[in-house]
Amino acid sequence: MAHLSDSELKELTQEERVKALGMTTEQLTGRSMAIEFDPDEKSRFVYPWAPDVDYNKRTEIDADDGPTTEINTRIRNLMAEGYGSIVIKNPRGKHGLGVGILNRLNLIFEGSLGYFAVGLNDGPNVRINGRVGWSCGENMMSGSIVVEKNAGSTFGAAIRGGDLVCKGSVGSRTGIDMKGGTIIVGGDTGALSGFMMQRGRMIVCGNAGKNLGDSMYDGTIYIGGKIQSLGVDAVPAELTELDKSWLHRKLSLYGMVPEQGIDHFTKIVAGKQLWNYDNLEPTEKKLIL
Amino acid sequence: MCGIAGIIHRGKSSGVGSEMTDMLQALKHRGPDSTGYAIYGDIGDGDLIMRVKVAEREDLDKGSKIKSLIRERIGEVENIVKEHATIRSKDQATDYALRYVLSIKDKPAEMAATIEEVEGVEILSLGRRLELVKDLGDAAEVASDYDLKSFNGTHAIGHTRMATESDVDIRSAHPYWAFPYNDISVVHNGQITNYWIMRREMERMGHRFMSNCDSELLAVYTAHNLSNGETLEESLTKSIHEIDGVFTYLVATRDELGMAKDTMAAKPLVLYESDDLIAMASEEVAIRSILPQEIDTYDPYDEEVRVWHT
Repeated sequence: MAHLSDSELKELTQEERVKALGMTTEQLTGRSMAIEFDPDEKSRFVYPWAPDVDYNKRTEIDADDGPTTEINTRIRNLMAEGYGSIVIKNPRGKHGLGVGILNRLNLIFEGSLGYFAVGLNDGPNVRINGRVGWSCGENMMSGSIVVEKNAGSTFGAAIRGGDLVCKGSVGSRTGIDMKGGTIIVGGDTGALSGFMMQRGRMIVCGNAGKNLGDSMYDGTIYIGGKIQSLGVDAVPAELTELDKSWLHRKLSLYGMVPEQGIDHFTKIVAGKQLWNYDNLEPTEKKLIL
Repeated sequence: MCGIAGIIHRGKSSGVGSEMTDMLQALKHRGPDSTGYAIYGDIGDGDLIMRVKVAEREDLDKGSKIKSLIRERIGEVENIVKEHATIRSKDQATDYALRYVLSIKDKPAEMAATIEEVEGVEILSLGRRLELVKDLGDAAEVASDYDLKSFNGTHAIGHTRMATESDVDIRSAHPYWAFPYNDISVVHNGQITNYWIMRREMERMGHRFMSNCDSELLAVYTAHNLSNGETLEESLTKSIHEIDGVFTYLVATRDELGMAKDTMAAKPLVLYESDDLIAMASEEVAIRSILPQEIDTYDPYDEEVRVWHT
């Protein structure tokens, strides 16, 4: 509380109050700076039933040959045979492709995917040479997904880990309820991005729509362009040298460092003044909000 | 859930009936109850096309009398039409759905109002270019029954309906048009929460509603705005602030196609735009059904409004 009285707190701006109350922000320290995804890392968690695949063993599936469930089953069967690189041809916007993969795998889609693409995954590296619909990468645990074109809304909903990358623009509610991992957007993101975000980091090189970070519990959002408006309890924070270092390294991984660098990024964090952060009564809450 | 789709060709006619059928069939899983088309074809000056239904499909199961009742209704409709127009051609796609090409002599609005006084009869569309077709079943069935695969035109919108707010019947199927304003049609995915307030407001101004489906409000609302001199873009923009709820909707006029997305962007739409063709749908899979090659698409944002001209 830094010895500030209630009346003194009331005189401060919301951002100043947040800092004075010591509730500011997640800090980038220790391993959070060091860890980058490495599919070959020995210490990575591997499910006991996960087949041992060889990245050099490569094959193709033509998505025109069957429905989504059949293609997803074929991916599993091919992994069981040791294939570590699988290319899916002609996905043509089909929904739910490449989901529930709990294994190391290079998975490449030659075309665009529909809704709920490559969700519920834990481990694979996915490249989509096209666009994706709503809810791409939902509940992803680890691995990486790189989308070469645009993505729909709820991109990376509730992800827990890994890197989810869209080189184009994404729709609304990006990273809603995300609990970890990193979302990177090369273009713009729509309204309510980072809504109820709980952990993890989101990088948007372009603009953000209204109500950015609304009701976020924790985590960090970096915006390279304009922010239409901040949501409830989302506040700007200082972009530290650690932030810049991490941003540069993370964006470099995917060849997405903007031409003008990253010094202009705005950092947004949770103000942590919502009801869930303390046991103050509503009347007491009014004093600081 | 519902699925919506739209397509517009710039500067030329094309096989929009076939294209819209492929798009709607790809969206079948979003709405299996009924399928509807609003297609804008070519017709000579001075003529009107009237699509009319004289019964619901389910009525056909109500005994032998329905057949004679349908014949009586058709007779009554044609007697009224002959007072105001010359019937240049007549097609009957199903027992209950008819298409007339008319040369109007006078007062088409009065003609339409009188026709709708006939019990069980509803004008689906009355326009210079608009033809509105809707029925129960998926797009393949409806297109086959109404011979839509060979339909040429500049633009079309369509809808696959999952009934949530009203019955599974043709009356509640999309698209909607606004009587008696010619050539305006609407398809909608969403839910309008101030429907009754807005409907009463429209009714006080003299507009008629044929269903209890909230989507019909958008057609009446748009027609009202356009008749007051607003552009389609102005009407769509205004609707985002005056209509409550979650919605994405498409509007077609004689030579335009527009879209609007609500403030929450809660209902999907995927857009593809090139110099000569614009296609949009609730899901990309519908666009891919007519454009299988690799293309760039995107999702419009919240409160986004777009209008394209033929």
